[in-house]
Amino acid sequence: MLELRRVDTYYGNIQALYGVSLSVEAGEIITLIGANGAGKSTTLMSISGITSPRRGEILFKGQNIVGMAPNNIVQLGISQVPEGRHIFPLLTVSENLDMGAFLRRDKKGIEDDRAYLYDLFPILKKRRNQPGGNLSGGEQQMLAISRALMARPELLLLDEPSMGLAPLVTRQIFEIIQKINKDQNTTIFLVEQNANLALQVADRGYVLENGRITMQDRAELLLANPDIQRAYLGI
Amino acid sequence: MEYFLELVFSGLTRGSIYALIALGYTMVYGIIGLINFAHGEVYMIGAFTALIVATVLNMYGLPLPAVLILASVAAIIWAAAYGFTIERLAYRPLRGAPRLSPLISAIGMSIFLQNYVMLAQTPNFLPFPELIPEPAFLERFASMVGTTDLAILTVTSVVMILLTLMIKFTRTGKAMRATAQDQTMAFLVGVNVDTVISITFITGSSLAAIGGVLIASHIGQINFYIGFIAGIKAFTAAVLGGIGSIPGAVLGSFVLGLTESFATGYVSSAYEDVFAFSLLVLILIFRPAGLLGKATIEKV
Repeated sequence: MLELRRVDTYYGNIQALYGVSLSVEAGEIITLIGANGAGKSTTLMSISGITSPRRGEILFKGQNIVGMAPNNIVQLGISQVPEGRHIFPLLTVSENLDMGAFLRRDKKGIEDDRAYLYDLFPILKKRRNQPGGNLSGGEQQMLAISRALMARPELLLLDEPSMGLAPLVTRQIFEIIQKINKDQNTTIFLVEQNANLALQVADRGYVLENGRITMQDRAELLLANPDIQRAYLGI
Repeated sequence: MEYFLELVFSGLTRGSIYALIALGYTMVYGIIGLINFAHGEVYMIGAFTALIVATVLNMYGLPLPAVLILASVAAIIWAAAYGFTIERLAYRPLRGAPRLSPLISAIGMSIFLQNYVMLAQTPNFLPFPELIPEPAFLERFASMVGTTDLAILTVTSVVMILLTLMIKFTRTGKAMRATAQDQTMAFLVGVNVDTVISITFITGSSLAAIGGVLIASHIGQINFYIGFIAGIKAFTAAVLGGIGSIPGAVLGSFVLGLTESFATGYVSSAYEDVFAFSLLVLILIFRPAGLLGKATIEKV
């Protein structure tokens, strides 16, 4: 469904990604793990068209999307939950969801999805008229995921959903991620520092080090790999 | 008492004109964080367009209301075209550049437009026709409130209500708020941010053009320099209310208009600016973010 071919991304003159190649198949949960500053977020921003790669190809369902405007990439079916959640702080919870559905015109479908998400996260329904900025970290993460789902994406990019959350809340968020993957058949590309958790839910994983992919395998094999255990799992 | 009311009305009139211009400053600042110093010139160009169109239509002997409406529509369209073009030419290429660069570009645009109108039209004051009709029922109140004052107040109120509704409820309005609050995220939910910025400039310029037509027929003369003075005052009002805040711009405008009106009425017109700017200094000392502005924490 998604394929990156030798992607090089730069910030000004500083190269952040060096020939990153990876692929995501429809229906999978893929995870990209790596240390701080390895280029995980840059990979997602390259896919979303915010930091366009200088070289290489990004194919989504066979179409090269490098250089496309971010709004057209969303239209194709790729939504992102960025690191730090980026809730619109002064829009209400409900308006934040409206923004998620910004490119959709099917009023009925939008309301159905809103109801589905309110079912999934009852706290959002309770707080629907409050400004997004007033929510707690966990609630904001739920809102950020819900907002991305309002676009009915085929591919959901999740950047550090566990960041700053209590272990119990993180657990809950990851259960929801798996549920979305199963129920809605949404393909998920998950970027995480919490490698242990990410590899437990993922089908396959990639390891990113200093802007380069250094390892890739089935998630359970990565979990059992002694190098990975030493470097990322703290075992 | 009657004198007091007269001053209140004249203050509200000034305030509403400032508000029409201040909204443009504050909306643009809210979205791209730029003080658009060429905004006053857009207001001036709106007034000139109305003058030209009204003069031509008067030659054909059209009835006054028709002239007023056509001249206003022409002024809005032309000023909006200017606002749109200014952003495209002077600000968009500088997006991502250090903050000072677009600011200097804005000042340059302002000076260019003033001089362009001075050369293309005239450096002298031009008489502006009396476009706003005088309904008979107002004669009883004529000592307190002029017909143009009333027209200005009415039009401004309607325009502001429409603007509020647009920003609060329409898809475009939500996109504008979202872009102002978090531009990267606006991109990520699929907002075409360039379009939203253009719409903001077009909206602000249209409001300024309405202000230009109203004030020109109120005062009765215009020249190429009116935009600079009105622009500085409206900018002051926007800062007073809290730049970036739409209700703030309106409140700041009325506070400024009333202060000037009372200073003129009870002290002397020579001191009007002294009072206006002393008020600005005082408010900024005690509320640095302006009356309704929020003290923002720069996120790192």
